[in-house]
Amino acid sequence: MTAPILRVEDLHVRFSMSGGSLFGSSRHMLHAVNGVTFSLAKGECLSIVGESGCGKTTTALTILGLQQPTEGTISYRGQPFTGPNAPTRMQRAKAVQMVFQDPYASLNPRQTVRKSLSAPLRLHGITAASEIEARIEVMLKNVGLTPEQANRYPHEFSGGQRQRIGIARALILEPEIVVLDEPVSALDLSIRAQIINLLLDLKEQLSLSYLMISHDLSVVEHMSDRVLVMYFGEVVESGGWQQIFQTPAHPYTRRLIAAIPNVDDRISTPPNPKSRDLIVLKNAEFGTDTRVTPDVFRPPSQSKLIEIAEQHWVRISSV
Amino acid sequence: MRFGFNFWLGATLTALVIFAGILAPWIAPFDPVFNADLMNSELPPDATFWFGTDAQGRDVLTRTLYGAQISLTVGIVSQLINSLIGVTLGMTGGYWGGWWDDLVSGLTNVMLAIPSLIFALAVLAVLGPGLPSLLIALGLTNWSWTCRVARSSTLSLKSQGYVQAAKILGYGDMRIMFTQILPNMMGPILVMATLGMGSAVLSEAALSFIGLGIQPPSPSWGSMLTDARQLIQLAPWIAVFPGLAIFLTVLGFNLLGDGLRDSLDPHMRTRKP
Repeated sequence: MTAPILRVEDLHVRFSMSGGSLFGSSRHMLHAVNGVTFSLAKGECLSIVGESGCGKTTTALTILGLQQPTEGTISYRGQPFTGPNAPTRMQRAKAVQMVFQDPYASLNPRQTVRKSLSAPLRLHGITAASEIEARIEVMLKNVGLTPEQANRYPHEFSGGQRQRIGIARALILEPEIVVLDEPVSALDLSIRAQIINLLLDLKEQLSLSYLMISHDLSVVEHMSDRVLVMYFGEVVESGGWQQIFQTPAHPYTRRLIAAIPNVDDRISTPPNPKSRDLIVLKNAEFGTDTRVTPDVFRPPSQSKLIEIAEQHWVRISSV
Repeated sequence: MRFGFNFWLGATLTALVIFAGILAPWIAPFDPVFNADLMNSELPPDATFWFGTDAQGRDVLTRTLYGAQISLTVGIVSQLINSLIGVTLGMTGGYWGGWWDDLVSGLTNVMLAIPSLIFALAVLAVLGPGLPSLLIALGLTNWSWTCRVARSSTLSLKSQGYVQAAKILGYGDMRIMFTQILPNMMGPILVMATLGMGSAVLSEAALSFIGLGIQPPSPSWGSMLTDARQLIQLAPWIAVFPGLAIFLTVLGFNLLGDGLRDSLDPHMRTRKP
């Protein structure tokens, strides 16, 4: 594994929620992301999994610069990505791009594919018509579309084709990191595999790094090199995909994996009997009772990440 | 895009009024101001004077045709000013949020609370009567609904994936507003502007009727009604024809606006079996 190109250190995002009545206001802080630390290496696919509202999207938005962190730093190739020396939107655009979940809402209905792809190039100083044309042609071929389709509007394409256009738009500026926000969850099951394979091919071909946000663990298992499990703003477990899927340690991770529907599993069995033997920690030691919903308005309880195997971290209570 | 019956009826009426206004110098049988002849005053409609003549003996048909010029100018120009103000404030307010949005929303609510005709009266009282001040008065007083529509459209478009994508691609705020948001909310804005033209024509007639708008002897439908007021029982045609013109113009704009809304807004579109 090469040196990390993106480092996220002790990231906190808190939202101020003001409420109350005419007689006295109350201010709550919503703790969306609590001390998330991870790094992303070149050519790697790191997945953040967790339920809705666990802070995975907020983490991604912070990396994309659409959300300011309350605390913590993000650095890209040693350069700060947050704080007073943060790059401008223009500078950031060449480093990180994003593929959206909903292919129907992510393309401007009034712009042709050509316009959607050429405008960012022009904005970034590529003005020669021949070069723009050549790059659009190459990019459309890369994502499995034909150059003739460039003159069409988004509504003339199917969901899978639109997602291909979305991927082309994300890659047209040749970024190093691509954030994939549930890239296939809005697609037909029959199309999912095509898009997943396309993403994997492009990753190899253009040596991209992916940061994937998902709650679809079957996609995560197929695509990721490493997995980060988030639960109510905190990383509860992280490790290589084999470690997470074969020897899950944290009770929340186990429940997530147990929830993957399995057509072969007609008799209900525990998700992975082997994992129980390997992990010596007892449920109570994790400090997180996953049956009780944590209060997002309270600072998180005392806990820490410990390394239970090489590069396999899990959160336990430190009280 | 399919347009319904309302749209075509409205478009026909509006087109008729526009042609009447543009072609008035060629198709009107007389001069609108200088053919006054007291020998011909208050003649009922006949072969020479199709719509009859008014108290000064001027041809009512001619003056009604020329009146279209003023009504259309007022309707279109004042609505352009309204849309410009409303869209600029609403879009920037909705997009940026924060104190600027609070200011814009507050201002919009204040404007909505003041009866626009009374506000226009106040503006005219300061600027004095006449066409330019009428355009300014009506242009400054009717932007609040457009502003609200622009703001709420911006709020909903702002969270669309393609606006986020534009930000991530490095677009500046202004570029996002003009290339991503504005083209996608042109539908409702166009509808608001068309409906607003109808109400601007009515306001012009009302303000001219009470003497603060277009001044005599210029042929405005509102001021023609003022002249006709005292003679309404003796010579009703002097009032009926400009009144009918106002009615058909406003109806035309409203039907056009409704038809546009029905065909631009998929939720309003009626499904045919």
